[in-house]
Amino acid sequence: MSNVRGSSWFTLPVLAAGLAFLYLPILVLVVSSFNDSRLVTVWGGWSLRWYVSLLDNAPLLDAAWVSIRIAAVSATAATVLGTLAALALSRAGRFRGRTAFAGMVYAPLVMPEVITGLSLLLLFVAIGAERGFWTIAIAHTTLTLCFVTVVVQSRLLTFDRSLEEAAMDLGCPPLRTLLTITLPLIFPAIAAGWMLAFTLSLDDVVLATFASGPGATTLPMRIYSEVRLGVKPEINAISTVMIAIAALAIAAASLFGKLHRIGRQTRRG
Amino acid sequence: MSDIPQTGQDRRRPRRERRLPGSRLLVVIPALWLIVFFLVPFFIVGKISLSQTVIAQPPYLPVFDLAAGFEQLKQDLASLSLDAYGLIASDALYLFSYFKSVQVALIATAILLCIGFPIAYAIARAPRRWQPVLFMLVVLPFWTSFLIRIYAWMNILQRDGLFNQMLLALGIVDTPPAWLASDTAVMIGLVYSYLPFMVLPIYATLERMDETLLEAAADLGAPRWKAFWLVTLPLARPGIVAGMLLCFIPILGEFVIPDLLGSSETAMIGQVLWTEFFSNKDWPVASALAVVLLALLLWPILLYQRAQIRVTEGPR
Repeated sequence: MSNVRGSSWFTLPVLAAGLAFLYLPILVLVVSSFNDSRLVTVWGGWSLRWYVSLLDNAPLLDAAWVSIRIAAVSATAATVLGTLAALALSRAGRFRGRTAFAGMVYAPLVMPEVITGLSLLLLFVAIGAERGFWTIAIAHTTLTLCFVTVVVQSRLLTFDRSLEEAAMDLGCPPLRTLLTITLPLIFPAIAAGWMLAFTLSLDDVVLATFASGPGATTLPMRIYSEVRLGVKPEINAISTVMIAIAALAIAAASLFGKLHRIGRQTRRG
Repeated sequence: MSDIPQTGQDRRRPRRERRLPGSRLLVVIPALWLIVFFLVPFFIVGKISLSQTVIAQPPYLPVFDLAAGFEQLKQDLASLSLDAYGLIASDALYLFSYFKSVQVALIATAILLCIGFPIAYAIARAPRRWQPVLFMLVVLPFWTSFLIRIYAWMNILQRDGLFNQMLLALGIVDTPPAWLASDTAVMIGLVYSYLPFMVLPIYATLERMDETLLEAAADLGAPRWKAFWLVTLPLARPGIVAGMLLCFIPILGEFVIPDLLGSSETAMIGQVLWTEFFSNKDWPVASALAVVLLALLLWPILLYQRAQIRVTEGPR
């Protein structure tokens, strides 16, 4: 094994350069959000003034609240639907139309958002649905359920099937096997899928713009309309807040995963 | 492909056929959802692309109304037209946008492969206990808002931004060049945003690779570059194909990145569609643009679906 690993003259520089490319822009953004100067390119010392002025920005805060509610609703729906799809793809054997079904699940992952957004809007217009909160939630559910499926399915394909088989051999009915064996084992993946769906929904601007009506403006829609006009210190601040929330969520998720694993190990041994 | 070798496969892997009884019912709910909200809308887009533009709400004719009876329906069908497609085919602006989008997507995918493969390879070759951490570090930016990451580049690339200050300080340029509203800026934004999509599938296949194959190659006297070329690359192919398509397809219709970082003179097709729909309120032309874009993407999407099935479910 040692002769194929640890070629560090290649590994280290490549990883360092790659990670620098990924993280430096975010770092620059975070640092400049604490810049006291109104001119975003001149350093005027450390300050929290842009965070304070965020608190007075009612439209931005309203949009953030709309976004959080949409993300919670659509992530929950997408997690249920996506988990069902993942179970069907990995536990239902070969059924008629499986390839077509798999194709339909994977297609929204790559479909350009302008196409998905336009087609959903035309559907909503055709059926006369009132556009707003719920139409955005439906659009986001459709997009994110596919990501949930991929995350949950990869977990279902790697875990030890013999546990399920043992339960069924011992006479456990299928539904009970699903609820007491399979679901607890894939729970970390389901939780990760929910969070991924939540952040994707919180991030989307194209689908939301197509699916929204006059009543509902999401945070990315508002940020987008501001950003189009140029770089602004308030946007740096709200961006940093969102990055901090994402970082906290990831930290919580990995901690949760660790506790989950430790809990299982202590119960077992 | 999956139907023919079935009997032989059953003998080799009998466990795959054990399934939870009744689990086929699970398909119904997500399948219905996707049919209603993903498949059916495409047909509506196709229908409206054949309609005529009018100044009304909604701004197209005919509006099918099944309650109006068969005669009305016949009349409506007769008034379908190919005007929108004729307009697209005759106006160089649209054709140029398609061409430009394909060009940008091809170049970006090539650059992404050149950057993404070494990163995926480096992670897969790093010591085992580092791998989960390195993997997380590549995925992490994907969890922060995409819009914000593009905005971060607007910060850096603006005329008196960090990038130009650096170039000036190093004496590479005398007058700061304008990076924003250029194709270079769009390319940077695309590569930056799509990098995880290239790295993840390639890493997934490399990580699963059986390393004893490389040892065998070395034992049999193959130099490392040859083992890489003859063993590693072919085994990583599903991941490379999936990664390239995972980048190429969405980039072709990308809207946000070229809109924020590019110039409005050389618009990509996603921007043209957006303008037709939101600014010009020409729904039939926007729909026809979407149909043509979808037709361009049909083959790559089918290829991608096959590759994705192979990456998630392993080689068959």
